[in-house]
Amino acid sequence: MSKDKTLGDVLKSQRISRRGFMKFCAATASMMALPPSMIPVIAQALEKARRPSVIWLSFQECTGCTESLTRSHAPTVEGLIFDAISLDYHHTLQAASGHAAEAAREAAMAENFGNYIMVVDGSIPTANPGYSTIAGISNLDMLMETAKGAAAVIAIGTCASFGGIPHANPNPTGAVSVSDLVKDKPIINVPGCPPIPMVITGVLTHFLTFGTIPELDDLGRPKAFYGKSIHDRCYRRPFYDKGLFAETFDDEGAKKGWCLYKLGCKGPTTYNACATTKWNEGTSFPIESGHPCLGCSEPDFWDAGGFYKALSIPTEDIARTAVYAAGAGVAAGVALGAASRAKKALAEKRHEKVTIDDLEKED
Amino acid sequence: MEQTPGMEELRIEVGDALTHNVRPLLNEIRHALEKLLATGESSAIDLRSIPLAPGEEEQIEQALGTGEISAMLDAMGPSEIRETGYPGVWLVTHFNVDRQLMGKFIEITRVPDLLKSPDEDIADGLQRLAGQFAEQQ
Repeated sequence: MSKDKTLGDVLKSQRISRRGFMKFCAATASMMALPPSMIPVIAQALEKARRPSVIWLSFQECTGCTESLTRSHAPTVEGLIFDAISLDYHHTLQAASGHAAEAAREAAMAENFGNYIMVVDGSIPTANPGYSTIAGISNLDMLMETAKGAAAVIAIGTCASFGGIPHANPNPTGAVSVSDLVKDKPIINVPGCPPIPMVITGVLTHFLTFGTIPELDDLGRPKAFYGKSIHDRCYRRPFYDKGLFAETFDDEGAKKGWCLYKLGCKGPTTYNACATTKWNEGTSFPIESGHPCLGCSEPDFWDAGGFYKALSIPTEDIARTAVYAAGAGVAAGVALGAASRAKKALAEKRHEKVTIDDLEKED
Repeated sequence: MEQTPGMEELRIEVGDALTHNVRPLLNEIRHALEKLLATGESSAIDLRSIPLAPGEEEQIEQALGTGEISAMLDAMGPSEIRETGYPGVWLVTHFNVDRQLMGKFIEITRVPDLLKSPDEDIADGLQRLAGQFAEQQ
């Protein structure tokens, strides 16, 4: 398919009706976290959008980010990749391998120099270039060479954005993020382990639609998706405000869906769209499934002191929260007293509870 | 979606303290309806942009009820366009060809734009119709 064709031309040649296109635009607006009033603007821009060349580089990563992207459902990623962008290199998804694959990358770079989008997932080892290579080229060399002609760089996942798990203490490979190395190009960080599929496609679509970089926060993340903390948008937030917390994974509070703050939830310090965009076709997100947020879209989340350790600093009015918490404690005490002590002892004998301390044990 | 056997028992209860976003949303719809009647201006709400607890989306749908018109659109997968029990308030649900949810909107308008035949498609159809005459001659 010719790159000179606009997306409007492509859709027309596929006999997609105007209604179908407008529906696509509505889903796109929702995906980009833009208000529905922007749908006509998106339609106008997308009609004229030309398919940008995308070169996708995978370095020290687990392929989870690509797995996430290929589970993006709105619009279908096949539609996005084949209609809306020209994915010229992605060594996991492309058919070509070896020299042919590298030739495709070089050809795309030469043909679109200065205009292509470089997408990176995975961190880059700097301790020894031999730790991670593709076709004999070190990750560092491939990154720096490909970055030269890129119009913009999108760092997908926490590894590419902040170093991620390879960067975790003691960082044996000397792993660093894209922004640690590339200094002269606009970089959009799309962290998450993995990022929400809709957020990946949303950022790609923003660039495609408007040809610009979305507004970013101080960590280079698009504000549309990373502008609010998980805590602020969490449906369990009212429980936090009332001081109603789950203390273990199987207590009354856990069953009633109370706040997971005391179980180590990193929602208050984590900025991502999970609480509204959700996962698996909008089914749920970790907190909705009863597990605290790990804070996977934040720098150094792996070294943040333990997934099941409560954050030490409450985010809000400490006195108010403490009063609520004390109130909840009294209520819990009354409930416990009402239960027969013999019954409780029997239950404990039959069922050994896993405590937070067990989960935190080093060995 | 098929649920794994036994999952029902694991289901986390929904306590009484939900997000409290249902009432404000209904209020927003009320204001939008007043605006529609006074100025003719339409509005839309993306349901995905609002934090909702499990069950709250159903609560909203239940509160809005079902009205007189329901239409199915078949373009890049099915879409349901349904007037709610409040005339002028429409629930638009888009699915892709694999029947996965693509978006859910509440539109406050007299007729959702998707129901009107677009000029581009009318022109395209006209051309095809004219082509038939040309073939017959």
